[in-house]
Amino acid sequence: MKILVCIKQVPGSNNVEVDPVTGVLKRDGAASKMNPYDLYALELAVSLAERFGGTVETLTMGPPQAKAVIVESVCMGASRGTVLSDRKFAGADVLATSYTLSQGVRKLGDFDLIFCGKQTTDGDTAQVGAELAEALGIPNVTGVLSVEEIKDGEVFLTAALDNRVLTLKAKMPCLLSVGADINTPRLPSYRILREVKEEQVRFLSFEDFPDREEKHYGLNGSATQVERIFPPEKNTEKKTVEGGVEEMAEALFGLIQSRKLL
Amino acid sequence: MYHKLTEEDVFALRELVGEEAVLFGDQISRDYAKDELGGIERMPEAVVTVRSEEQVVRVMRYAYEKTIPVTVRGSGTGLVGGAVPKEGGILLHTAKMNRILELDEENFTVTVEPGVLLMDLAAFAEEHDYLYPPDPGEKSATVGGNISTNAGGMRAVKYGVTRDYVRGLTVVTPTGEVLHLGGKVAKNSTGYSLKDLIIGSEGTLGIITEAILKLLPLPKYSVSLLVPFKDRKSAIEAVPKIIRSEVTPTAVEYMAKETILYAENYLGKKFPDTSSDAYILLTFDGSTEGQIEADRKTVAELCLSLGAPDAYLIDTEERKKAVWSARGAFLEAIKASTTEMDECDVVVPVGKIDEFIDYTHRLAEETGLRIPSFGHAGDGNLHIYLCRDGLGEEEWEEAKKACFDGMYEKAASLGGLVSGEHGIGYAKKEYLKKQYGEGPVSLMQGIKRVFDPKNLLNPGKICF
Repeated sequence: MKILVCIKQVPGSNNVEVDPVTGVLKRDGAASKMNPYDLYALELAVSLAERFGGTVETLTMGPPQAKAVIVESVCMGASRGTVLSDRKFAGADVLATSYTLSQGVRKLGDFDLIFCGKQTTDGDTAQVGAELAEALGIPNVTGVLSVEEIKDGEVFLTAALDNRVLTLKAKMPCLLSVGADINTPRLPSYRILREVKEEQVRFLSFEDFPDREEKHYGLNGSATQVERIFPPEKNTEKKTVEGGVEEMAEALFGLIQSRKLL
Repeated sequence: MYHKLTEEDVFALRELVGEEAVLFGDQISRDYAKDELGGIERMPEAVVTVRSEEQVVRVMRYAYEKTIPVTVRGSGTGLVGGAVPKEGGILLHTAKMNRILELDEENFTVTVEPGVLLMDLAAFAEEHDYLYPPDPGEKSATVGGNISTNAGGMRAVKYGVTRDYVRGLTVVTPTGEVLHLGGKVAKNSTGYSLKDLIIGSEGTLGIITEAILKLLPLPKYSVSLLVPFKDRKSAIEAVPKIIRSEVTPTAVEYMAKETILYAENYLGKKFPDTSSDAYILLTFDGSTEGQIEADRKTVAELCLSLGAPDAYLIDTEERKKAVWSARGAFLEAIKASTTEMDECDVVVPVGKIDEFIDYTHRLAEETGLRIPSFGHAGDGNLHIYLCRDGLGEEEWEEAKKACFDGMYEKAASLGGLVSGEHGIGYAKKEYLKKQYGEGPVSLMQGIKRVFDPKNLLNPGKICF
């Protein structure tokens, strides 16, 4: 079984600063990391390869330094990974990103299962997984909680739908978007890190793709444009309840009720 | 000998500190009768919540005049019965004296009232790009309580303990006099260090009303390393070798698989790896990413050469949370795994940790008690828990006594001491006397008499 996991490099801190003049995320010099939601997908993929046999590869799109997340994925059990990197890919929205990823997948070959994290911590759109499945013409299940069985070309799984849990089967190849907190991702291994080889990280660019129509990539291939980025307002409101036990409980209950939290 | 509080005293106290600030009789919650140590309880006759040094002085003068015992209490998170008002009297509640008074950026100090919580102090320091290094597990403890027990915590390997960060103290004596000890100065050879006598005195010599604490610049980077070992012995044996290497980790914690599983159960969350029997968790901090990466590499290589099957990298907020939240929950997780527990906080020379833990395992076999442990492997401070589980009262007391007697004797024979960071309070008095003997104990008693001739402050603790 061949498994592919799509991952992304995101800013290392959850408190990302936005340039107040240009409205652009300040990335320069800031530490980066693998998108935390992708860790659950990678953990599920690696544990399935251990359970049912098979290999795990990873795929990302980004600048050359995105190599770091591929190396990290190898340290977590992937056998190798690919960075899709080209200036022509810059400024891509979800449509152009998923199309670029689909071209990368076509170049890499056939996979039985493709995993994506639910969303990223920087873009937060949660659309790339579904659009990638569309571009590849394969089935897609979102909110995957667990994979119970894989047999006869089918995968049996559970997925979350609001307050319901669905039990599903899907024909492979298919794309699964994995929910948050469904497992505890393993930690990167130092032992593997010191043995990572050059050939385990591959770079592909526009020239390598089957479709070399520039209009399909980057800003040119994007159906949407970002007008403005701004940080959400921070809620710093604090209220201290004082008094006797009953009094405090009463006041607290009143507050919870008035905010419709109950 | 002590005066029992009357309605008249309560009236007088209310005149001194305000009507609402004094609880008497039925108004007092049972929480004020105990701390986090199970088994020892005593109701105070009055709980007086003070909000200023002036109020502390007034209450103390009144108590001195009337010969009423006074026990100071912060958050009540102690583990040796230190805040239990053993002789009744007044429980002086200082948790509401919780203002951060001054940040002095020229002298790298912060001045606080004793009721400031450790977590609030840590957050305040971080907001201003400083680090207050003492980092005991119980973040809701007050700074006053930390100073009174000379609390240590996980960063002691690199940064030392609370005592190393107390520059000055303002203290109200049992006669109601206000003393200013030490100050913002970095050095002090000015006579006996009275400030250092107050640190660790567990509220028996004076009441801390203000503390000047030293801060450090906040290290910009921090990473951790979780190193699995095939068994406890190889894990513990690696620790002195790590400390002897040219790298100084901030924290070196020992975690047994058994304890990790309790934490998993308690938190309902899987730990990233439980395939090995023993783990060492290390942290490195510093001002450049390159430096801590190099430190981590040195230690990872060393551990692999010592037979560790791997070394796992912990470099993001999510990974730190997954590992450290389990470490932080150990005490509560063990507590939740049994009906009642008691603990031993011995400190032994770093090279003797394995021998000591080995001894606790033998004790567990001999007595049939379950004895989980974890500890600050980097400084030799161990937390060992006796779990009652299904034992009857009598059997429990008997087994507990046999274990404690054995453990403190063993620790002493290895050059260790009764308490690394929790203090003596009421629960460990007997063992302090046994280990130190007549000479040091009578010196301690003499010091106590000079400070507190009427034996009013926290009577029945440490050496009396």
